[in-house]
Amino acid sequence: MSQAQFYVSPEQLMKDRADFARKGIARGRSVVVLRYDEGILLLAENPSPTLHKIAEIYDRIGFAAVGKYNEFETMRQAGVRYADLRGYSYHRSDVTARGLTNAYAQTLAGVFTTEAKPFEVELVVAELGLSSETDQLYRLSYDGSLMDETEHVAIGGQADAITATLKDLATSVLPLREVFDHGVRALAAASSGSLSTEDLEAAVLDRNASGHRTFKRLSDAMMAQLQED
Amino acid sequence: MSGFSPAFLSSTSNSFVELARVVAPEALPTMAGHELGQHVPEGTTIICFRTAAGILMAGDRRATIGNMIASHSMEKVRPADDYSVIGIAGTAGLALDLIRLYQLELEHYEKIEGARLSLGGQANRLASMLRGNLSLAMQGLSVVPLFAGVDEMTPAGQIFSFDVTGGKYEEHRFHSIGSGSGFARGALKKLWQPDLDADAAISVAVEALFDASDDDSATGGPDFIRQIAPTIFTVDLEHGVVEIPSADVMSVATSVVDRRTRKAQS
Repeated sequence: MSQAQFYVSPEQLMKDRADFARKGIARGRSVVVLRYDEGILLLAENPSPTLHKIAEIYDRIGFAAVGKYNEFETMRQAGVRYADLRGYSYHRSDVTARGLTNAYAQTLAGVFTTEAKPFEVELVVAELGLSSETDQLYRLSYDGSLMDETEHVAIGGQADAITATLKDLATSVLPLREVFDHGVRALAAASSGSLSTEDLEAAVLDRNASGHRTFKRLSDAMMAQLQED
Repeated sequence: MSGFSPAFLSSTSNSFVELARVVAPEALPTMAGHELGQHVPEGTTIICFRTAAGILMAGDRRATIGNMIASHSMEKVRPADDYSVIGIAGTAGLALDLIRLYQLELEHYEKIEGARLSLGGQANRLASMLRGNLSLAMQGLSVVPLFAGVDEMTPAGQIFSFDVTGGKYEEHRFHSIGSGSGFARGALKKLWQPDLDADAAISVAVEALFDASDDDSATGGPDFIRQIAPTIFTVDLEHGVVEIPSADVMSVATSVVDRRTRKAQS
């Protein structure tokens, strides 16, 4: 005897899925991405030194994620494959955050509506412009909805609290050490309290980097140095 | 357009070449062709040796088609990643494509895995890419690389030579490839010694390439008219891959030529 089929309205179905994804994301710690005068800072509360929430996608494109590790890792690797193949087929300068974000949005939206369970992830794609005016920050949600931000963007369970702390702050004119302090303070205020460098994972897209790859991880020592200065 | 191609999401490989073979085979160098050996530009002399700090690799800048000079300024030695260099002799178009593909292969691995491929792993990967080119080599379009670098396991560095079938051989002191390699290796036999310092190493490299260009028509010497110097890269664990500025190489080349001119006229 087959199981009886009950009617569920599309509104209810989507709401259930969204609630499910939101609950999964809310459990994790947050990530904040902030522009500074010479680049973009990606900052995460992450005690693991090896399971990264922040990563390099391409020369000028960084990736930050919260949620379920295996799901955002799939998204990260897909992004690297997309970017490398595109850069090889055309030219390195033809790999753009907008194209990548579009692919992410379509994939997330597809999974949200057709798969048994939505991805419990939120992503940030950041592209370092040649000049400060052309920096781009995109925030992607579990359902594929997409927003672009101007100064800074937070994702994860405490995203609203972090955004509230950083409200009205134009970080794009400040130097890295000040922006780093603001970022750490906002993350700490939204979570348990003070954060040491071992609890943090950080990387920058540096406009002054030599060579084509601008993504650089900040070691604990480099973060401590930034806090001292 | 509806998101990523399924292969991007489901692939379990960390190799860019394997990915491209599935998703975009047309982007890779083709496997079919005819006897083209006489009509395409070829690159010529590359040398590589150990120094006190690590590795030095240098190459001339000439590319030829038969008896014609196709290019005066081709760069045949390139960084493979931050701690390794690759130099290529053979069919220029294929060689440059192979360098680009190989650089991407290493970068792709590093990004997917979150760690750099070991030096031995890099050399093996290059050997297997050459094996993939074997059918092209049979048509006369051969590409022979020289690969060297350092990593934490081998801070003094390693030099690997290859043949067209993908054979990989470690060289322990110095090596050269290309049409002028015999003359360059002869020079290195006399000039090279263990623990060369940075300046002496550059001088030895310029002398060896000068000897190759003196006797091999397909190898270019330092070009004082256009100010084109041989490409020279050094690799050590502290600084990674460093390109010696062209002006510095030109000034060494000037003193080498002066010395030889005096000797010839005395």
